[in-house]
Amino acid sequence: MATGPAIEATGLVKRYDETIALAGVDLDVPRGAVLALLGPNGAGKTTTVRILTTLTTPSEGSARVAGFDVVQEPVEVRRRIGLAAQDATVDELLTGRENLVMIGELHHLPRKTARSRADELLARFDLTETGGRLTRDYSGGMRRRLDLAATLVGEPEILFLDEPTTGLDPRGRNDLWGVLDHLVEGGVTVLLTTQYLEEAERLADDIAVVDHGRVIARGDARSLKREVGGDQLHVIAVDEADLDSIAQLVGRCADAEPSVDRQSRSVTAPTGGGPGAIALLGGELAAAGIAVEDLGLRQPTLDDVFLTLTGSAPAEELEEAAA
Amino acid sequence: MSEAFQSTWVIARRGLAHMRRQPEALTDATIQPIMFVLLFAYVFGGAIKVPGGGSYREFLMGGIFAQTLMFGAFGTAMALAYDRTNGAVDRFRSLPISRSAPLAGHAVASLIRASLPIVLMSLAGLVVGWRIHSSVGMAIAGYGLMFAYSFAVIWIGVMLAAWIATPEGVQGVAFVFIFPLTFVASTFVPISTLPGVLKTLAEWNPVSAVAGALRYLFGNPGGHAPPGAPWSLQHPVAYSLIWIVALVVICAPVAVRAYQRSITN
Repeated sequence: MATGPAIEATGLVKRYDETIALAGVDLDVPRGAVLALLGPNGAGKTTTVRILTTLTTPSEGSARVAGFDVVQEPVEVRRRIGLAAQDATVDELLTGRENLVMIGELHHLPRKTARSRADELLARFDLTETGGRLTRDYSGGMRRRLDLAATLVGEPEILFLDEPTTGLDPRGRNDLWGVLDHLVEGGVTVLLTTQYLEEAERLADDIAVVDHGRVIARGDARSLKREVGGDQLHVIAVDEADLDSIAQLVGRCADAEPSVDRQSRSVTAPTGGGPGAIALLGGELAAAGIAVEDLGLRQPTLDDVFLTLTGSAPAEELEEAAA
Repeated sequence: MSEAFQSTWVIARRGLAHMRRQPEALTDATIQPIMFVLLFAYVFGGAIKVPGGGSYREFLMGGIFAQTLMFGAFGTAMALAYDRTNGAVDRFRSLPISRSAPLAGHAVASLIRASLPIVLMSLAGLVVGWRIHSSVGMAIAGYGLMFAYSFAVIWIGVMLAAWIATPEGVQGVAFVFIFPLTFVASTFVPISTLPGVLKTLAEWNPVSAVAGALRYLFGNPGGHAPPGAPWSLQHPVAYSLIWIVALVVICAPVAVRAYQRSITN
């Protein structure tokens, strides 16, 4: 295995006829790290993945993956990567097992090896029992697991997972997160994309926030949240008339001026006090005799991160033509 | 090199598995030609007279072979369009296989697929009274021509797939172009019955050439053009071969390049 970073990209620009999908992306991912590209639809996440996995070429800039140039040496790159695209691309008219055997053979494994590798992966992803069924009968979660298993057939050094949990129900998402944890323990480098801060935080130790084709922030979840201001105290009033007095009390327990939203009858303010702040505020509210509908701590969402970093809500364009 | 062959064969096997498990997608190569044989043999056949005499049912078979095998282009284009809509194209492109392997795999699968209508129609033909009256050598040449022609039309399919990305689109274009192409020909009726421009089109239509060549090679009625017919009809075997060579030598490289370009980006 070569040394040097697993992924190294400089000034990646991608133009489609009239739109600019990437406006200059720099990335470096050390070996064994897990990086999440976090951003809304249309931010350029998929385009970045497509360039790094040699599916498309950059209009400008260059990238090396596993030490090989993605434009000059695409086959060398493909030997060392696994890609799970946004829509789990399993072959519906093949069984789960046949899917994996086929990918193995396309990685030039002898058929016998491809078969034993397929069985091994089916077992690992809890698909042994359904491995003989056509995948068109698979549930969304099973398809995702099979798709992930397929990316591992070639024993890749670097895994690219484009929105790996999109379309899964909460349970499926949890299951998949567990599977990804295992992968990472194996020392594989992972680059994944997601629209959810929660998911990025759960899976990655390093997050790059992408918007309008650029990386606008980089760091771990904690530092990103700190930029937003950490947890938020969040109170919903029963009676709109109480909002001002609630705001006053919240102001005393929080770190900054609260913001009041009359339409949703809510008061929000950043706090570093954690659950203690809730207890404090709860006491104050009770003492003042104000009834509230809801009182709690809210984690910053992607929307909050964006609002803070860009001063505007996330772009809501369609993901680029590639998607 | 052997890796390239191996990948091609793996993808060809996948194509064959698709056909096996989705027999409804094969109707244009199975039920449809048999239906045409029966329909024209028993329903329309009585009203059509073969110039120079002979059995219409025997005349019919060369035409239906030529038509059905032309539909192979449609099957190839459909398979490629499906791969594009369900992400298989990208999956293959992210694997360490040669760029040409997926297309080559589809071509091999398409060629094997073509043997299905060839066998089924031969049997249906025998049932309605079609016979080969020429020599063994000519019969072998006839079947050889069918496979060569099937191989050539694959590249028409690749060309279609380069232009049209969705199965629905392919279906539409096939109905508007390929279907009429196989009818404005000597497929079901003698060309002499067609009016003006259509007659000229039919005379030079490769489907007529292959139909005529098969009739000639199998010793069926319509295998010899009447005096005064254009060169294409006088020499159906040579004219068919010109088309086949042209499709393979000229159309194939252009189609492959256009297709590869269409799936990048």
